[in-house]
Amino acid sequence: MVKKKYNIQEHGLVPEHLKLSEKEVKDLLERYHISLKELPKISKKDPAISHLNIKEGDVIKIIRKSKTASESIFYRGVINV
Amino acid sequence: MAEEKKEEPKEEKVEKQAEEKDTKKDKSDKEETTDKEEKKEGRVETDEIFVSKQVNSMIFSVLSPQMIKKMASAKVVTPELYDKEGYPVDGGLMDIRLGVIDPGLKCKTCGSKLKECSGHFGYIELARPIIHIKFVNIILNLLKCTCKDCGRILIPKNKIDKASEELDKTEKEAGIEARRQHVKEVIASMKTVNKCPWCKARQQKITIEKPTTFLENEKRLNPIEIRTRLEKISDEDLEVFGLIPKHARPDWMVLTILPIPPVTMRPSITLESGERSEDDLTHKLGDIVRINQRLFENINAGAPEIIIEDLWDLLQYHVTTFFDNNVSELPPARHRSGQPLKTVTERIKSKEGRIRHNLAGKRTNFSARTVISPDPMLNLNEVGVPIEIAMKLTVPERINDWNIEAMKNFVKNGPKKYPGANYVIRPDGKKKKLTEETIEPSLEELQPGYIIERHLLDGDIALFNRQPSLHRMSMMCHRVRVLPYKTLRLNPAVCHPYNADFDGDEMNLHIPQTEESRAEAEILMEVQTQLISPRYGLSIIGCVQDAISGNYILTKDMELSRPQAVDLLTFAGITDFSKLPKKEKISGKEVFSVLIPNDFNFTGRARHYDPSQDKKANTDKDAYVIIQDGKLISGVMDRNNLGEGSGLLLRNIHKRYGKEKAIDILGKLFRLGIGVLLKVGFTTAVSDTDLPEGAIINIRETLQNAEKEVDELISLFNNNKLEAFPGKSVKETLELKILEVLNRARNKAGELVAKHADKSTHTMVMSNSGARGNLLNLAQMAACVGQQAMRGKRIEKGYSERTLSCFKKGDLSPSAHGFIANGFKTGLNPSEFFFGAMTGRDSLMDTALRTPKSGYLYRRLSNAMQDLKVEYDSTIRDAAKRIIQFNYGEDGIDVSKSEGGILNVKRIIKTVGV
Repeated sequence: MVKKKYNIQEHGLVPEHLKLSEKEVKDLLERYHISLKELPKISKKDPAISHLNIKEGDVIKIIRKSKTASESIFYRGVINV
Repeated sequence: MAEEKKEEPKEEKVEKQAEEKDTKKDKSDKEETTDKEEKKEGRVETDEIFVSKQVNSMIFSVLSPQMIKKMASAKVVTPELYDKEGYPVDGGLMDIRLGVIDPGLKCKTCGSKLKECSGHFGYIELARPIIHIKFVNIILNLLKCTCKDCGRILIPKNKIDKASEELDKTEKEAGIEARRQHVKEVIASMKTVNKCPWCKARQQKITIEKPTTFLENEKRLNPIEIRTRLEKISDEDLEVFGLIPKHARPDWMVLTILPIPPVTMRPSITLESGERSEDDLTHKLGDIVRINQRLFENINAGAPEIIIEDLWDLLQYHVTTFFDNNVSELPPARHRSGQPLKTVTERIKSKEGRIRHNLAGKRTNFSARTVISPDPMLNLNEVGVPIEIAMKLTVPERINDWNIEAMKNFVKNGPKKYPGANYVIRPDGKKKKLTEETIEPSLEELQPGYIIERHLLDGDIALFNRQPSLHRMSMMCHRVRVLPYKTLRLNPAVCHPYNADFDGDEMNLHIPQTEESRAEAEILMEVQTQLISPRYGLSIIGCVQDAISGNYILTKDMELSRPQAVDLLTFAGITDFSKLPKKEKISGKEVFSVLIPNDFNFTGRARHYDPSQDKKANTDKDAYVIIQDGKLISGVMDRNNLGEGSGLLLRNIHKRYGKEKAIDILGKLFRLGIGVLLKVGFTTAVSDTDLPEGAIINIRETLQNAEKEVDELISLFNNNKLEAFPGKSVKETLELKILEVLNRARNKAGELVAKHADKSTHTMVMSNSGARGNLLNLAQMAACVGQQAMRGKRIEKGYSERTLSCFKKGDLSPSAHGFIANGFKTGLNPSEFFFGAMTGRDSLMDTALRTPKSGYLYRRLSNAMQDLKVEYDSTIRDAAKRIIQFNYGEDGIDVSKSEGGILNVKRIIKTVGV
């Protein structure tokens, strides 16, 4: 069988993943009065962010479709696992 | 070392204590220094002044023989317990150096009395080493993976560093759990090695004969040999196995001395006859000591090897069952009565064990439990308490200048006359039980400041609960109403939140004892505060059953004379009749309107509202509910407006007038409905399902046509002319088509029943109002039960190629595969009845098996999420303040303040605008 490379970002069930700029990260952490550690986590190797040029400590913004709120925004800190 | 953690809590606890002592001596110990630092900080920081010690870390480890000796305060040498005077023997299992359980005696070790001394460990010197049953697996692994001669691990020198490096890496990346997994893989990889890479010695195959016998090449290894082999394993090799040599040397897993638990954890009970009954552990320890002594004597006397081996095995058995009496390969040690002993593992393990029973589970005083029964004349927030219970449960009340007379009356009545009191508590805290003799003197000394524990009175606050407590409405606060008879009573409208019925259900009642708890219960848990479900934002308490039928009949087209109306409203609890029109004939809608506040407006839909028709047509058939200025202008009241889980009318009243008013109106509505039924007389009969002659013929024809259609399909199939659906075989297609035809026929029969059945019968009233039953149930009774399906297919099970022996092989007709053409009223024929029983049993089994499964799933979910909380910044966080969700439910809506999870912005703007 021929191996097909599929770009998972195009898949309908994969929500949009964005990288936050440093300023946005600062604002976010300030808004919730938290440090990076308290954010939910995402692996550096997660396929959904493989296209983003990510390093440990970055913050990913995920825009999901939601049943209750039509669109919801989630943040995850990148960890090196 | 989670394994040890589970299996050996007793020993580790001691180790911990011992370690503490140890660290105090050993000043250079790391933990000690951290401990000290924390203390210093604690003194400096004012807000942490109350934290005298903080647990930094905890280490679970295996007890070493030296440690056992060190922590022991007595050596046990004799199986005797008491001497002739009944005094504990020195060196016996009840030695008073091990702690005291008799009042009056003093502990020889610490000098404290009963209850002050927590007990001390002792030890036995075992005549021969014994394998510890809980470490058998670790020992087996170690024996298999180390050289029998040099004791080195069976990994070549160059690979050891690599292996341990890899282990450290997995631990760093994926945690300790992953490391354990990795260790298992490493061990598995070593099992095939048969030559030691260090000394080139040939390795023999080591097997285990459960539970505790190790074999090397079919030859038995005795524990002495095992111990020497384990001793030979070097410290650095152990780390590869996941053992930290400082805390868990493998040779400690073969016992040479056995710690004796303190007597305080195995107290003896003195029976009424004066006889002493010892704890199971003491019995077991007695066996161990006795056999151990015999083994010693035999060894010293130079007895033959066979006898010694036998005794050794026996000692092994006793020590094993001392730790765990449920080893599958061993017969459990029993009492003389034949009941198995409860030894160390059984004490800790499972639901009845120390952890789940005593630590996680608690029991309460001031609580009651009995069968429940309904009483619609109670208010929704009341609970009927039997007078006998009301005289056992008490409320503490402090006497002051204003209530002293009333309190004196309670004391005068005493514990046997209601309303009385059971105890008097003096200001100094002395509690005195009231009996016939103590009433008089207590009465005289009563003065402000005394507290009396008086019987329950009407209006007292109680918590009412039914298991399983799956949501917060499973435990609500009710007002006590003391009633005769012996059941707890509740208004049937609150059955739904408790999920209660009256087929023998029991419920619990708790009486809060302090002002704070009562206030808390009242404000947070009272029934009216729980009207709206936080799960879906609609009323969870509403009218049920008779109350719905009653209101339906009333508002449909009932007419009453004025006295009748007044009578009915009085029954419902109305005293103000000014809203009742001043005329002789009063319609049901007008009677209903009396309950509605004057400024209430509402439009809604009844159940038979037909969205395909316009407003006018719906209004004509009373399906469009209009309430204007508190008057029900059109529409009937049914489950859509009054019931639980929908109840839009109730939801609106709640929103507009608040919970107190809502619960008041709901209670009155409920009684009004029941009152109507009392007047009308409500019953069902077989004749309710009677159909006119024409309809019956019609239904028969429909069913016959369907059967004919199926026959045609079958003959098509038999002639191989049936075309298969895409992705289905021809047989499957046939099945699908047959199912479809039969379902259509049944539905059509149902429609015919609905059309022709007498609308005025009470069965129809129930199904139309939504009180109970639906049209399908009616059709099943009147016309045709329909196809019985198992797993979405017609019934296929049974004999080869047929379902029952009364059918021909290969019969595909409806009646041979579970189609029940008769209705319940005409009666089923035998094969139909059997098919019905088949699906009935199937669904019974299904529910019986599913309930515990879903219960367990719920338990896991609730335990995992129990400390999640909405913070002020609208994030959901766990106990460690880690963010779980950034906005509650992703939309930030408090469902209990919404309507069905939706915020009606238009209405909000309207109300704010006004």
